[in-house]
Amino acid sequence: MYIYDAFDRTLVNERVAEFRDQVTRRLSGELSEEEFKPLRLMNGVYLQLHAYMLRTAIPYGTLSSEQLRMLAHVARKYDRDYGHFTTRQNIQYHWIKLAELPDAMADLASVGMHGMQTSGNCVRNITTDQWAGAAPDEIEDPRIWAELIRQHVTLHPEFSFMPRKFKIAVGTSAHDRAALRIHDLGLQMHRNAAGETGFEVMVGGGLGRTPFLAQTIKPFLDKRDVLSYVEAVLRIYNQFGRRDNIYKARIKILVHELGPEAFAKEVEAEWANIKDGALAIDDAIVGDIAGRFVYPRYEQLSDNPAQFVAARKADRHFDAWVANSVANHKVPGYAIVTLSLKPEGGTPGDATAEQMDAIADLADRYSFSEIRVGHEQNLVLPHVAQRDLPALWRALAPLGLALPNVNSIVDIISCPGLDYCSLANARSIPIAQEISKRFANLDLQRDLGRLHINISGCINACGHHHVGHIGILGVEKNGEEFYQITLGGKADEHAKLGDLIGPAVPYGQVADVVEDIASAYLELRARPDEIFIETLKRTGIEPFRERVYATR
Amino acid sequence: MPLVENGKVVEDRYVRVAADAPIPDGVPVIVPAARFLAEADALVARDGLLGVLWPNNKRIAELKPWLGHLALIALDFPKFRDGRAYSQARLLREQYGFNGTLRATGDVLRDQFGFLVRAGFDSFEVKKPADAAAFAKSVARYSVVYQPGADGRLPALRRRLQSAGAADVSEDA
Amino acid sequence: MTSPLEQKKIKVTGPVVVTANRTGDGAVIYRHAEGWTTDLAEAAIVTDGAGAQRLMAGAAADDLGAIGAYVAPVKLLPGGHVRPGNLRELIRLGGPTITLPVAAAKVLEKNPA
Repeated sequence: MYIYDAFDRTLVNERVAEFRDQVTRRLSGELSEEEFKPLRLMNGVYLQLHAYMLRTAIPYGTLSSEQLRMLAHVARKYDRDYGHFTTRQNIQYHWIKLAELPDAMADLASVGMHGMQTSGNCVRNITTDQWAGAAPDEIEDPRIWAELIRQHVTLHPEFSFMPRKFKIAVGTSAHDRAALRIHDLGLQMHRNAAGETGFEVMVGGGLGRTPFLAQTIKPFLDKRDVLSYVEAVLRIYNQFGRRDNIYKARIKILVHELGPEAFAKEVEAEWANIKDGALAIDDAIVGDIAGRFVYPRYEQLSDNPAQFVAARKADRHFDAWVANSVANHKVPGYAIVTLSLKPEGGTPGDATAEQMDAIADLADRYSFSEIRVGHEQNLVLPHVAQRDLPALWRALAPLGLALPNVNSIVDIISCPGLDYCSLANARSIPIAQEISKRFANLDLQRDLGRLHINISGCINACGHHHVGHIGILGVEKNGEEFYQITLGGKADEHAKLGDLIGPAVPYGQVADVVEDIASAYLELRARPDEIFIETLKRTGIEPFRERVYATR
Repeated sequence: MPLVENGKVVEDRYVRVAADAPIPDGVPVIVPAARFLAEADALVARDGLLGVLWPNNKRIAELKPWLGHLALIALDFPKFRDGRAYSQARLLREQYGFNGTLRATGDVLRDQFGFLVRAGFDSFEVKKPADAAAFAKSVARYSVVYQPGADGRLPALRRRLQSAGAADVSEDA
Repeated sequence: MTSPLEQKKIKVTGPVVVTANRTGDGAVIYRHAEGWTTDLAEAAIVTDGAGAQRLMAGAAADDLGAIGAYVAPVKLLPGGHVRPGNLRELIRLGGPTITLPVAAAKVLEKNPA
């Protein structure tokens, strides 16, 4: 994990001081709301239905136990004892008071945390794979590049007032666990024929009213050119992105309207002017950033130690949890553990301050004090020795964090929706809760296999419903909540937008519809191990559409 | 609207000339872009400092042929949230080598001073007198910057390498 | 953002209030003759565009105390009780329709899995 140095901490502290001054000037009337709003947004402060919301950045989803304890402290002191982990690896607090924010931010700054650029028309949190640095299939740790870019775009004088927000994701595994193709800018590392590593640059992804998957504008960019290339992309966007219509202001619209070739040409022309200048990255720079990433002092261990194997045989619940929530680690004898934040009937992605403190303790004990946040709204302990898995599981279970439902139908991704969010048209959390209850049976979950449900309470698609195997979008019709259902979306390297199956269904029927879809899948699948998305690909949506609308 | 240069409020020596008004002799003038382009030869031959007011939705590269004749370029922020002029400013300073006065006009507010200076502006038509008075304090806000800008400040990346005794790093723009 | 004063005449088809969020803490507030209240029962209710415009003018002028003012429907019940006029306003007044996690965690304590 990245250790902030004096420069990093100074900048965060100066940011806190600046924001404290801005809040003071707002509360004295010196700043109008119109002038203050973009400033507070650039610190992650939204106004929602009931209160302000603070979105705290968790850069590329990596947390130390000390930082997680501070998140718990903020939840207790300034909020209502819980926080919500988001689809961009950040955390949100939903009950914040503006007048207390400078103090909350000072507390966060004491452990190097902040809300910088988690909102506003600037570059947002740079996300990556929550298994980064531990995944067996990665070329190298993507977080080094994410951190390099993060620093470059933080308080960037040229790109703080862009047409709209800008989201970047970085990946170095062939299997894309960071949903690169739905980002404004996705950087996918490849190894070329000569064995060199570089990035495929994809631009113009994004969901919302006009969803697009990102287009490749450069198949292989030398690593040393990453900052200058990102700069060129942002400069073209800042100058030529639309500013006349908020719904047409993302870079995806510019790429679509110019066409990817013409857009790439603009970028290349600008890049040619700057590529050999101050932004060229040399080994010293990479080494400097990489040097502040602390990696665990792994022991020399073997896979499948005897006690671990015996425990799996002895306890089928433990075995089920291992099969579901534990993944292979690049280092022998270690494992990557996912903590499900999807309890039965619960709010996806929420964690109480108590849970956060407990997880921090477990991270200290079993994961070299490191925790990750996934965009699927679960947490990860990335470096657990396999021999410690039985003890860890026994500690997680009473906390409600060991349900073996990761990647199952109840591992739902959901935005906060109309219960919290002023942009929403409909509620999303109660929908998730009801589905979660209907499919609470673990055997049923296991039988249904990998099945991703994504729920958004409005077209802004913070729940990523377009790329869910089952996507659910809340809309408002005549004052009532209705939900559009899409099928077949995917967020990975085979990214695809889902297809609408028919007219929107009312609030009370959504869980029934999901049951119908699940039943149809069980009947239609060719084999038990043909997962839902594969069955759908084979059959098309027609049989599912028929089943859902036969009685509606 | 107070004008701030060199950290303090100063008198504006430039006269803003409207699109169709006569151009006064012997005083520095700022001419709107369309008129400038239409009358460039005459304006350039004129005695007296010449400035142009350039809109933020027009490519700044069009000014390149004239940079040697311009004492001042004024760039526009129709709303402070419209940040196109930041790119125009950096292109002028860092790629086209413009060394004259670069003025920020329009909705120029205190909380953007730091960014404006880093983008290369050195003259500010500030909307609020209270903001003008706070200029020096605002731009001193951050002792650390993460990226190179037009102001030549060393980004943290480079400062770290220097303090680590790494090889000499040059600050070419 | 267009000032409400510059907006075209506000169209009102039933009883409405003007609501906003309090600047200091984001709490939901309703406009009345002297200022703001968190109690919907004390809110000024109007039934035509001119009335709504008047309330909005007062609200907009108070940039220090309130943000994001807008016109929201209410339902008038027999007996003079006022209720929020749609689901969004119900949630704004009454809070999220779901149990907050703290309560759930406390249940878990009593009933470990």
